[in-house]
Amino acid sequence: MARIIVVTSGKGGVGKTTTSAAIAMGLAKRGHKTAVIDFDVGLRNLDLIMGCERRVVYDFVNVINGEATLNQALIRDKHCNNLYILPASQTRDKDALNAEGVGRVLEELAKDFKYIVCDSPAGIEKGAHLAMYYADDAFVVTNPEVSSVRDSDRMLGLLSSKSRRAEQSLEPIKEYLLLTRYSPDRVKLGEMLSVDDVQEILSLHLLGVVPESKSVLNASNSGIPVILDEKSDAGQAYMDIVGRYLGEDRPHRFIEEKKGLFGKLFGSK
Amino acid sequence: MRMSIDHQSVLSQPSALEFKSSTFSVPVLVLSSNDMADIAQHLQDKIQKAPEFFKNSPIVFDLQELNRRNLEIDVDQLVDLLKQNGLLPIGVRGGNNAQNQTALELAIPLHSAQTSAPAKPQSPPKTVSPPAPEPAALSTAALLITQPVRSGQRVYAHGDLVILAQVSAGAEIMAEGNIHVYAPLRGRALAGVQGDLDSRIFCFDLQAELVSVAGHYKISEDLDDSVRGKPVQIYLQEQSLIIKDL
Ligand SMILES: Nc1ncnc2c1ncn2[C@@H]1O[C@H](COP(=O)(O)OP(=O)(O)O)[C@@H](O)[C@H]1O
Ligand SMILES: [Mg+2]
Repeated sequence: MARIIVVTSGKGGVGKTTTSAAIAMGLAKRGHKTAVIDFDVGLRNLDLIMGCERRVVYDFVNVINGEATLNQALIRDKHCNNLYILPASQTRDKDALNAEGVGRVLEELAKDFKYIVCDSPAGIEKGAHLAMYYADDAFVVTNPEVSSVRDSDRMLGLLSSKSRRAEQSLEPIKEYLLLTRYSPDRVKLGEMLSVDDVQEILSLHLLGVVPESKSVLNASNSGIPVILDEKSDAGQAYMDIVGRYLGEDRPHRFIEEKKGLFGKLFGSK
Repeated sequence: MRMSIDHQSVLSQPSALEFKSSTFSVPVLVLSSNDMADIAQHLQDKIQKAPEFFKNSPIVFDLQELNRRNLEIDVDQLVDLLKQNGLLPIGVRGGNNAQNQTALELAIPLHSAQTSAPAKPQSPPKTVSPPAPEPAALSTAALLITQPVRSGQRVYAHGDLVILAQVSAGAEIMAEGNIHVYAPLRGRALAGVQGDLDSRIFCFDLQAELVSVAGHYKISEDLDDSVRGKPVQIYLQEQSLIIKDL
């Protein structure tokens, strides 16, 4: 049975696309046939992060409109044979998507893929709604600041009321918290909410914490999902997240502040 | 979701009067004879068995059976008889046009015969997640919510509202009766929204943006530090909202 995962947040710029690319790659690397879909019609950038922007011929909207088949539009990733990308259209707007069409595409993908990752646009309007509507699991991407947490809470409300599973009274969507762009040093200074603060406000299962990291920018500039940068803290954090999602028990890292030189020398905590 | 509350009216101070909806249980006198002497005799027998119960008791008289059997009865006389026996007739049902007309002239309201069906047994508390908290209309059973009520969500209960999970900032919960929240209450909670001055809010951890009982409210800023983050109950006492730890 395919699982449909939506990567969502409400707020923009929190790391949804970075996360979608990373976990799709992570799941594929672990041997699961995975598709990742860009729902951000008009602002496509998943293909950039995945480094396949120059291989886009057809897109999601073409498939929905019957102008191309799914196989024509799916782009196979150059790093991993198990991973396929369905890019968004740059030239249409969000109205080009409709629930019936999205449902059809997901159903067809579900025949062939184990995981389908839906990269949601920001907001709570149509595009974001369609991205989460058919989901089985939701990765709620949150930054450690009040407005992001509030938007995530809002999105959680929609997941539990405006999704297919809610409307058909099926088992609810499984919700996971991903705290990204986390900077323990800034938490210590009181500039950011801590992991505990966020969990207290959202009361949600924490799947992982991704630290604020320069490696993310480097990765997106080179079009290689950061999870493939195995030496980077963010890459390792995403690997842990994929492992935990697949049921492994992995301790949380990257929550403590980095020890400065002084701390390292004297081993103080 | 049922949301017909006008914010302004919920939050404004109460006026000189208000209409509330309540259900009362009133004995119904079902007549099967039109013989006044016969009725008087049986009535006195019954009343003698429980004089305190029937003293000044409101009563609805039911003429359906008589009319089904085409037995005429003088409503005027019947009302007199009931009053003589210490009863206060407050309604008629199952009457024909003429009987209803007479009743109205005596300022006795008409009740539909439909309500003669036995009252529905109270349904047990329903369990729903916030998505579809649509309690049966006018159901007074408590509405039970087991999932968090998230920012942007609203829950409305026609009776009491019991919530086992947190209520987020930006969420709004309302009840015509009491509200119980067995988790942090961070959103807005309005009890007694139809004016029930006796309704209360109980919560495990008060962090609310606004609490209100029957239109008397306090906003977060007005909450005393001594009750913030504490288990409390909130109720009205002589027009003022009391917040007291549990
Ligand atoms: N862990 C991180 N560390 C540093 N920068 C990050 C991190 N995650 C995301 N970013 C940066 O934040 C910006 C927004 O990320 P993106 O994934 O496009 O967010 P969204 O899809 O939610 O709008 C990008 O510039 C990205 O490089
Ligand atoms: Mg994005």
